[in-house]
Amino acid sequence: MNPSVDALRATFGSAIGRAQEVRGDTIVTVEPSRLLEVMRWLRDTPGERHEYLVDVTAVEYRDRERPLEVVYFLRSLERRADLRVKLELDPRGELTVDSVTPLWAGANWLEREVYDMFGIVFAGHPDLRRILMWETYAEGYPLRKDFPLRGRFSRAEQVRQALNANPEAHYSIEELSIAEAYDELPAEMRERLRRGQRGNIPESE
Amino acid sequence: MSKRTIDFELATSGAGLDPRGASSRIPLTAGADVAPEEPDFGGEHLLINLGPQHPATHGVLRLVVELDGETVVRVIPHVGYLHSGFEKLGEYRHYNQIIPLTDRTDYLSPMANNVGMAMAAEKLMGIAITPRCTVLRVIACEMSRIISHMVWLGTTSIDLGAFTPFLWAFQERERIYNLQEMWTGARLTTSVTRVGGLMADVPDGFVEGLRHFVDTYPNTLNEIDRVLTRNAVWVGRTQGLGVLTADEAINYSLSGPMLRASGVPWDMRKDRPYLDYETYEFEVPVGSHGDVYDRYLVRLEECHQSNRILRQALDRLPDGPINVDDPRLILPPKSRAMSDMEAMIFHFKQVMEGVKAPVGEAYVGIENPKGELGNYFVSDGTAKPVRWRIRPPSFINLAAISKMAEGHLLSDLIAINASVDIVMGEVDR
Repeated sequence: MNPSVDALRATFGSAIGRAQEVRGDTIVTVEPSRLLEVMRWLRDTPGERHEYLVDVTAVEYRDRERPLEVVYFLRSLERRADLRVKLELDPRGELTVDSVTPLWAGANWLEREVYDMFGIVFAGHPDLRRILMWETYAEGYPLRKDFPLRGRFSRAEQVRQALNANPEAHYSIEELSIAEAYDELPAEMRERLRRGQRGNIPESE
Repeated sequence: MSKRTIDFELATSGAGLDPRGASSRIPLTAGADVAPEEPDFGGEHLLINLGPQHPATHGVLRLVVELDGETVVRVIPHVGYLHSGFEKLGEYRHYNQIIPLTDRTDYLSPMANNVGMAMAAEKLMGIAITPRCTVLRVIACEMSRIISHMVWLGTTSIDLGAFTPFLWAFQERERIYNLQEMWTGARLTTSVTRVGGLMADVPDGFVEGLRHFVDTYPNTLNEIDRVLTRNAVWVGRTQGLGVLTADEAINYSLSGPMLRASGVPWDMRKDRPYLDYETYEFEVPVGSHGDVYDRYLVRLEECHQSNRILRQALDRLPDGPINVDDPRLILPPKSRAMSDMEAMIFHFKQVMEGVKAPVGEAYVGIENPKGELGNYFVSDGTAKPVRWRIRPPSFINLAAISKMAEGHLLSDLIAINASVDIVMGEVDR
């Protein structure tokens, strides 16, 4: 077994769940509430130094009983060692995880993609908005298993919505101080703006 | 006061002539007593929209740029215009049916993508490929690296105003495309691998053709080197731009030439050898400044090294089968499927049911031209993956563009964007 796993267990005890060796890769399950602590420890501790975040993604199984997993691929460039850290979330519960952007700037877009595709919210992310789908996309989260391959809306409905869309409303929060499409934005995005996350809210509200 | 002047010819001779009799230049605002004062734009920022239909954004990338004069204050990239849902589609397909999707992600190096995906599926299923297949896959990967770097070099030189290297680079790419067409029948959508082997062996004349390419290709590289590396315009427009230190590059999860130009000597072929790369002799170029110029030098040298690998691969190419000997994995020849009962059953089962992968997951990262291409499969024991994740190198490299471009001039943003070497098919997937 990977020595990092034993070191993790010695430091964090019960926050470290199942650990397994699958085809030469080590996978460790971590308690979601301690994620940031564990990740900081894995990045900064001498002898661990997993300073490189390879990827962040999520997995939903076809078996509805299995939890939703958020997967972090870590790497130590010096030691040439990989570690895969997994979080398990109850798909019926609140899908919120701490963001690792304070540790790795590269996590910014990766977490946005997971949010966009799975609807997992990363608390503390500086700019959590959709990235591959557009900001006003209303059909849900495409990579979830309950999302049909061809989308939730019929092709006719998709076309109608596309034609009726206001292209200005695709501006991001940061651009809104300059573009004036605030009223056209989805309610949830307006709410984020109101909470003062980036950008200035126009006075007209 | 405006300082613009125009050539002005007066109807009456004498006036507006200098002592030698030639007409003099008369200030444009000559008639007005007081010219209106120009408004002061200091502090006011301009928002411009670059793309999604813009030749310098290399595809459908949209950059919203906030400018103070000509200086970039903020860059807000928007991606997703080419989103095709490949990862979702993969969940509805057998492993071999996923291979055509990989052609269309990084469409500038389709063969390397095919190899990466097949390797992940083979790791998941625990398959060891044949020696001939291993060497042919190395050839596929290195051919892809050369064409991808040639497209990068050509388009970047065009962005920065050099037209000639573009033509040379695309000529070389054309020669590789001809070889790809010989091998796979397609120039772009190659789909050359299968889980457990290859779609086809290389045809007669391929080895000779590739050997001819390998012998003559360095000449073109040297010409490009001569025309660009010490060119005052090229140096002036690339050095000191978009600098990322080694720590920043690691923090942004950059990979490939972007990471190595910043001085981090990490190459999957050396540090995580696959396809017997540890038995080939080649160097990994590493930059020291982390600017656009170093990324150019790293990519140029990688072309030389790929050529070296190709030569060694051709020298050692062994005879033998290209596919593993397992009728549950590899389709039988069509003639046998039509005449032999057992072969027909295997053919039917593979086409209708696919190849079942054991429960579990596998991640394989390979050194693609753009960086580390990862393929991550999660299987629940059926013939279709539960999850297929591509770790897209150019998506992750592009995320650093705001960091790199802010504070530079708008024209430098073009050079910085080009230096990332993005391909939108992969960024958006």
